[in-house]
Amino acid sequence: MSAVLQVNGLEKAFGGIRAVNGVSFEVHEGEILGLIGPNGSGKSTLFNCILGQLPPSAGEVRIDGRAITGMRPCELNRLGVGRTFQLLQVFPQLTVRENLILAGQEHRGSMWSRLVGRRDAGLGSAADRMIEFFRLAQLAGEKAGTLSYGQQKLLDVAMAFMAGPRLVLLDEPAGGVNPTMLAGLRERLREINAKERATFVVIEHNMEFVMSLCTRVLVLAEGRIIAEGTPDEIRGNPQVIEAYLGG
Amino acid sequence: MKKVFFAGLILLLVAAPFFLKPYGIYLLSLWIVMTIAAIGLNLTLGYAGQISLAQGSFVGIGAYAAALLTTTGWPLWAAFVLAVALSLAIGWVLGYPALRVQHHYLAFVTLSFATLVFLVLRNEEWLTKGVYGISGIPRPTLLGWSTKAPIDFYFFCLGVLALVGGATWWLVRSPWGRAFTALRENTVRADSLGVDTRRYTLMAFAMGSTLGGVAGVLYAPLVQFIEPTAFNLNLSLNLLLMVMVGGSGSFLGPFLGAAVSVLLPEWMRFGSEGLYLIFYAIAVMVLMAFCPSGLLGLAERARRLVR
Repeated sequence: MSAVLQVNGLEKAFGGIRAVNGVSFEVHEGEILGLIGPNGSGKSTLFNCILGQLPPSAGEVRIDGRAITGMRPCELNRLGVGRTFQLLQVFPQLTVRENLILAGQEHRGSMWSRLVGRRDAGLGSAADRMIEFFRLAQLAGEKAGTLSYGQQKLLDVAMAFMAGPRLVLLDEPAGGVNPTMLAGLRERLREINAKERATFVVIEHNMEFVMSLCTRVLVLAEGRIIAEGTPDEIRGNPQVIEAYLGG
Repeated sequence: MKKVFFAGLILLLVAAPFFLKPYGIYLLSLWIVMTIAAIGLNLTLGYAGQISLAQGSFVGIGAYAAALLTTTGWPLWAAFVLAVALSLAIGWVLGYPALRVQHHYLAFVTLSFATLVFLVLRNEEWLTKGVYGISGIPRPTLLGWSTKAPIDFYFFCLGVLALVGGATWWLVRSPWGRAFTALRENTVRADSLGVDTRRYTLMAFAMGSTLGGVAGVLYAPLVQFIEPTAFNLNLSLNLLLMVMVGGSGSFLGPFLGAAVSVLLPEWMRFGSEGLYLIFYAIAVMVLMAFCPSGLLGLAERARRLVR
């Protein structure tokens, strides 16, 4: 198994605070890696450093062995790395279908060909398939801003997959989603993982969701990895319980 | 319904000058020129979300390019080429600050640029003739068709508006329009979806500014005399008003906004003596306070109410 994502000695300091303090790990092809840890342990900062939203203070990130540190988010995305954010990030004034087309259009042709080419950038049917797949069919023509929170969350996740990425980093996909919808989301993620061999890294506070979805789990506390293992191993690890309950 | 509306509008624009006196035709031509400049600002501000207080300066750059070239014997198309090249390049460069700052900070950057352009127009007499302005700007002759008469020049302007309107209609419905909207609504998310937000920001500025330049090239032969104060901050603020009042981020907004700004005060002038500008200002304040999405937003609300 080759490493899709390699993180080596990544550090990020905000003034005197080391939000990410020397983190190293690998993610292999087809894996669903969970990333858990108490609030403020550096999970989202770690995502932002990996994906170019924040410049890391030290360390390097490799995708398929290629160093990507310092690349811009849009360049990374076009290399096949998708993400969702902790807070909802859909485009409220665009329809559900337009949101999905936007999420894929920059991966096709040059900027100039998109100016003279088709309105849907040839992605109309792909968007419709994605809408079917995420059970959003009756909402395709609605503006994303009018959807319920859970529906927007599904759309948000669906957008990350429009361009057929190899690696997707999901920041709290389960946050604020009701249990029924959550079960659906888990199924969708499993299907994409199995069919497309897509690799995921998932930040999540919902333990049941993480433990049932992920094959391996990393635990972050105060910017460091304090434990790593299968969901069962993590559940019984006293260090993890300590980190969560404080001391 | 929509097709009928557009067909009626076009018919009205074609027929109108035959029923108007020269001053009425002049006002309609001015409306066209301002609409083109406002369409440009609507691209930058309404679609891509980048505030600019310098659109009037690009009208000035276009107008001076036209005036300087045509009064020395060059044809107007040469002025179009020069004005488009200049405002495209300068607009592109003006986009760079937008990559670093947003909102009121960006407003101040563009405001400084507007002041700079005004100072150049006023003080660099060797080039612009300064406060004396440039007079005797000729109207073009196209393939033997002289546009000297107000009605002919009006149709020339209308033709340019049709081209600009058609191109913009296409642009905002292309993937670019979608990318501009994404840029306005959430830059960080757009970037994470592969949208090169830097290039689109620069393009939004360059394209919007170019339409300002195009409007200027028409403005100079329309009024036939230009001087620097016509392109000071007032014009930029006026264009901003047109975009906001009409309905920022919608295709028809600039058409409507320019009509409100150019035609409404003239129409209100009759019967209200010196008070019309006060009424006008109050109407704009009420509209912006109660319907920030402009007149088109108001129309949308009314339509929902009826349904």
